[in-house]
Amino acid sequence: MSDKGRLAIYWAASCGGCEISILALNEKILDVANAFDIVFCPCIMDTKARDVEKWPDRHIDVCLFNGGIRTSEQEYMARLLRQKSKVLVAFGSCACEGCIPGLANLTRRQEIFETVYFETASTENAGRVIPLPETLSNGFHLVLPVFYDTVRTLGQTVAVDYYLPGCPPEAPRIWDAVVAILEGKLPAPGSVIGAETTCCDECPRTRGEKKIKAFKRTWQIIPDADTCLLEQGLLCCGPVTRAGCGARCPEVNSPCIGCYGPNVGVEDFGARMIAALASVIDSNDPDEIDRIIREGIPDPVGTFYRFSLANSLMRRGALVPDAERLELPRPKIAAQA
Amino acid sequence: MQREIYEPKIIGFFCNWCSYRAADGAGTARIKHSPNVRVIRLMCSGRVDPVFVLKALSLGADGVLIAGCHPGECHYIEQNYKTMRRFALLKHTLRAFGISERRVRLVWASAAEASQLTEAINELVEDIRTLGPLRWPANWAEDDGHLPAVDRILLEHQSAMEIGR
Repeated sequence: MSDKGRLAIYWAASCGGCEISILALNEKILDVANAFDIVFCPCIMDTKARDVEKWPDRHIDVCLFNGGIRTSEQEYMARLLRQKSKVLVAFGSCACEGCIPGLANLTRRQEIFETVYFETASTENAGRVIPLPETLSNGFHLVLPVFYDTVRTLGQTVAVDYYLPGCPPEAPRIWDAVVAILEGKLPAPGSVIGAETTCCDECPRTRGEKKIKAFKRTWQIIPDADTCLLEQGLLCCGPVTRAGCGARCPEVNSPCIGCYGPNVGVEDFGARMIAALASVIDSNDPDEIDRIIREGIPDPVGTFYRFSLANSLMRRGALVPDAERLELPRPKIAAQA
Repeated sequence: MQREIYEPKIIGFFCNWCSYRAADGAGTARIKHSPNVRVIRLMCSGRVDPVFVLKALSLGADGVLIAGCHPGECHYIEQNYKTMRRFALLKHTLRAFGISERRVRLVWASAAEASQLTEAINELVEDIRTLGPLRWPANWAEDDGHLPAVDRILLEHQSAMEIGR
């Protein structure tokens, strides 16, 4: 066995983009391979959970874990890899803050199953079959992971040493993290490896005083190429988002949607966006304010919590919303069975 | 057994210059009102970061009351206008979370308006009493209880694979 470090890369509730981003290190991936043996990575290698189970504790030097925790199997793997790793890194937005899969926290398991297995236009499921956590088939006892109502982040499930934000983390930031790990120049455990300023600081546009009478959707205007997008009425999350991407979206006339997560000191992404926008809406009339908000921000949670819902203070929408509860006492949501 | 009356827990954020004094005045004038609001004094309603409201609700409060100076009368010139806009955005967002807008309320009460403030408190308490408890952390409590399904996986691996043989 070589004296290289041992690296594991795992995915849970995620899209696979984080692995692609690691590949985007290009030739530097060879330097990673010089420093580390990749001992576990189901995305690119034939490695099994049962291999990991056989290792002694803290056998893995660094584990890059991407994806949120949506099923019991993902929770099991998070616990297993925590136990077997010296350093566990929440890699990418899903592991750090839930990301797009976390937006499903606005709904419930039952509704997700109904959409996916019965309602989509391309679904033919006359027998109304849904996957069950346990089934008896031809005398065999088959099991599937339990699907949770609420997507959790890695940090809400196990202790995490470092967070590497981004959807996905940009390759240069991954490289910075690898170098920091190799040189042992890491920040305090539990902290984010990344910049401590906002996306606005990387944005080349000119900022002036913001006074907004109406918010615009991206398809409604062709923005001026030099002026701050928020000033032009586009809902840009730059003021709240951590720097790290190089302001790639604003550079191509598209507002920041917050994929690099909250900047340092921001406890709740949406709350900070609300505070920021309240200062730039140009009206002191309650009715006009309501109209500007209603017409300009049709989906507040999707806009303010696109990447951070699972890690926000509220974590999810109400399992049983107030309005629904008041109309009729709703039966308890059926267990997954 | 007598049925217990549900007593809502409400967090109040009151401005030092007006509504906190109105609340003081209500005490001096011995105005009776519901005791369900736990008041936190701030220097201005404009100090109410939306985080305060979300944190209160997410940690188990059933409602939030923000009280400040009337528009145009802010001690810090115009911060209560920011409160007005923040509050509108916050309500819009809470609605999307499935939380009734009747759980959060913004009232303007000058230092002289003790009776208006206590009326607003009583109304809010009764409103929330009809809505029932919010119990926000219970929204994910069930998923925190799936541990048997997690532990089962290792046993399945052990029985199905070569581990432990």
